Amino acid sequence: MRVLMFGWEFPPHIAGGLGTASYGLTRGLAHNGVEVIFVVPKAYGDEDQRFARIVNASDVEALYSGEEYTNELWKKVSFIQINSNLVPYSSPEEFSTLGETAVKDGEKKIRTGDAWRERYNFSGTYGTNLMEEVGRYAMVAAQVARDLEGQFDVIHAHDWLTYYAGIAAKTVSGKPLVVHVHATEFDRSGENVNPTVYAIERAGMETADRVITVSNLTRNIAITKYGINPDKVVTVHNAVRFAENSDEKIQRGLDDKIVTFLGRITYQKGPDYFVEAAAKVLKRVSNVRFVMAGSGDMMHHVVRRVAQLGISDRFHFTGFLKGPEVNRMFAMSDVYVMPSVSEPFGISPLEAMKSNVPVIISKQSGVAEILSYALKVDYWDVDAMADAIYALITYPALARMFSHKGFEEVTGLKWDTAAAKVKKVYEDMVATH
Amino acid sequence: MKTLSLCFRIHQPMLLKIYRFFNMGIDHNYLDDARNRALMQRASAQCFLPMNKMLLDLINATDGKLRVSFYLSGLVVEQMRSYAPDALQSFRDLAATGCVEFVAGTYSASLAALADEDEFRLEAAKHAAMIKEEFGQTPTAFFNTALLYSDVIGETVADMGYHTMLAEGAKHLLGWKSPNYVYANPMNQKLRLMLRNYRLSDDIMFRFSDRRWSEWPLTAEKYIDWIDGDRGEVVNICTDYSVFGLWQKADSGIFDFFRAFVMQSIASDRIRFATVSDNAAAHQPIGVLYANNEVTWADEERDLSAWLGNELQNEAFGKLYAQREKVHSLGDHDMEHVWEFLQTADHFYWMATKWFADDGRQSGENPYPSSYEAFINYMNVLSDFINELSRRTVEKEKTRTEVTHV
Repeated sequence: MRVLMFGWEFPPHIAGGLGTASYGLTRGLAHNGVEVIFVVPKAYGDEDQRFARIVNASDVEALYSGEEYTNELWKKVSFIQINSNLVPYSSPEEFSTLGETAVKDGEKKIRTGDAWRERYNFSGTYGTNLMEEVGRYAMVAAQVARDLEGQFDVIHAHDWLTYYAGIAAKTVSGKPLVVHVHATEFDRSGENVNPTVYAIERAGMETADRVITVSNLTRNIAITKYGINPDKVVTVHNAVRFAENSDEKIQRGLDDKIVTFLGRITYQKGPDYFVEAAAKVLKRVSNVRFVMAGSGDMMHHVVRRVAQLGISDRFHFTGFLKGPEVNRMFAMSDVYVMPSVSEPFGISPLEAMKSNVPVIISKQSGVAEILSYALKVDYWDVDAMADAIYALITYPALARMFSHKGFEEVTGLKWDTAAAKVKKVYEDMVATH
Repeated sequence: MKTLSLCFRIHQPMLLKIYRFFNMGIDHNYLDDARNRALMQRASAQCFLPMNKMLLDLINATDGKLRVSFYLSGLVVEQMRSYAPDALQSFRDLAATGCVEFVAGTYSASLAALADEDEFRLEAAKHAAMIKEEFGQTPTAFFNTALLYSDVIGETVADMGYHTMLAEGAKHLLGWKSPNYVYANPMNQKLRLMLRNYRLSDDIMFRFSDRRWSEWPLTAEKYIDWIDGDRGEVVNICTDYSVFGLWQKADSGIFDFFRAFVMQSIASDRIRFATVSDNAAAHQPIGVLYANNEVTWADEERDLSAWLGNELQNEAFGKLYAQREKVHSLGDHDMEHVWEFLQTADHFYWMATKWFADDGRQSGENPYPSSYEAFINYMNVLSDFINELSRRTVEKEKTRTEVTHV
């Protein structure tokens, strides 16, 4: 089994959980004997390539010279061009004119040769010209699929950013497509969905032969909000990867208990509820500190709220943390809280658990479906959250139990197992294709 | 004929380094030493040394007719001792002429007057002792941080034994009255108030090199006309000393302007120079001036909103001064030093959110990209300080009990 996989990020260059999950899955697939060609925009060159061959989308030269070839390609990717309208030629206007005439009239290109030989340079992060890059990425995907013809059996696309790429590759190669839903627009934006993103997500799920969701919570969203046929939507829960245990001794300067929130400080992650719960706990006990690690658009709001509540000598902000700092943060924590308002999966509690940290998670998270040794509260139930924090820092027996049992539980969640399920999905697709 | 007092403020806050959560409990060195040294040495080279030399030359050239008053914060003197001893010596040389007055103020350039009267008195006493030690003078006039003044603060200052206090000649304080007279504090009428003429002060502090200013270029003749033509008897021009060479660069002509201004003032006999104390003593107060609310020299509002105008500032300020008793009962020199530099008003100023982020006022000397970062960094340091205070207090108690048992 060989898979052509489209992602948007890959460790170490990650902006969110997607990169971590794709990496774990890729490893798991490799262990299950699946060959993976992972296409990612702008590979920096220091990605871990032991388990996946990384194709840098920025390095692919799309050849658009040659009449036959050009026309054929234009027809196969026509879908992309209509919806995403953006490909990086000398100017967008020029592209749309050329593109439209080429597709509609089947006319020959006006320009040939090196002028069409372009190396698309992707910025590789979530930015302002995201839509443009999504479109460009799809164009490159078509070229990659053509170049690698005969080298893969299925196509696998992670999240909406790469759905067009998946569709393009499927159109060009005729191979079956699976889209992997790590999050939906409803998780990111609440009810204020971006209609363009929604349309891309829906197109991806509809065109795909199979849809993989990271939780039943997300599966329900795919079925009810996107109208996808339940028969082709499969839940494969994420797992967590165990890095080689670093024996780095963490120097812990504070005697107080440390309760941590780690993630983007945005509405979806529920940072507000964490602050309110912290204030409640601090009214009862003094030997505790709260740490909010991360950055995001709600940061200023949260800082002000902490000041208003008068708890800023016990509630600390670290800013955005990177790899080793994240591990250090976990190692210093006594309780980890993920109060997400909406979380398709939520991999960070698993990382906390593997560092022996007891976790409190919101019932509105996908990871709540698979964990037994985690305290679960409604994200809005600040009293319950404060109770849970209080219990874990005050009753050592309880904390010990969650720490030990949680560690055992999380150890059982292996990417190899998740990948085996994904492989099964591939096999079903190929068999019925 | 006017009697003019020139009063210059010299202060540099001790900047905190980027102090993160991970430092807490482990690292108790909070200062950005490299940056503080660089800033002090730059100020010394571009402002203190050249300007002090010019003042010394002018005093000698005019047979001591030029008189100047200085407020140097305790923290700036400490930094001079460490990083720019030659600058400190040049201030001592000025003190030796007998023409330069060193006025009292807060040691840490703090807003202690707003937090706790005892702390305010302590800050003032410590500052006066430093002036005595460094410059051999016992100050009689008082310059509170940012010219912070109110009836009550004035009464406290009078009670400490000062005869004269500087305050901002703010419009909402004076109404129709002119700042160019000596006034008295209503609660203790022995305290004479010298009011800063902010228009004339700001002409050189902010507008001097502004080519869009309709009066640019400012000449000595013009400035003398303005001072002489303003209604009243005494004029107080009070600026930050950094005006000379730092805010207004040498190539703006600020040094030449100042020299010409002094020489021509004396030659034309239209302006007489006097120190703040002498000037106040030589004139009878023409009335009392009421200040129910605090007045400062900051911004258009000239109130407290630059330091205590939002919840971040109030939280940090409140949390800091809540430690007062612990600090003093512990009596640990290291901790007292931290206590001083954490009190400096600038830390709270950088947490202000009342300006637009890109306002020029906030930039320049502000080490933080935003008010929130200023707050977070300050609170990280303060939290560790609080933690360390408790730890050392417990340790001290333990030692004491052990000693008693022995």
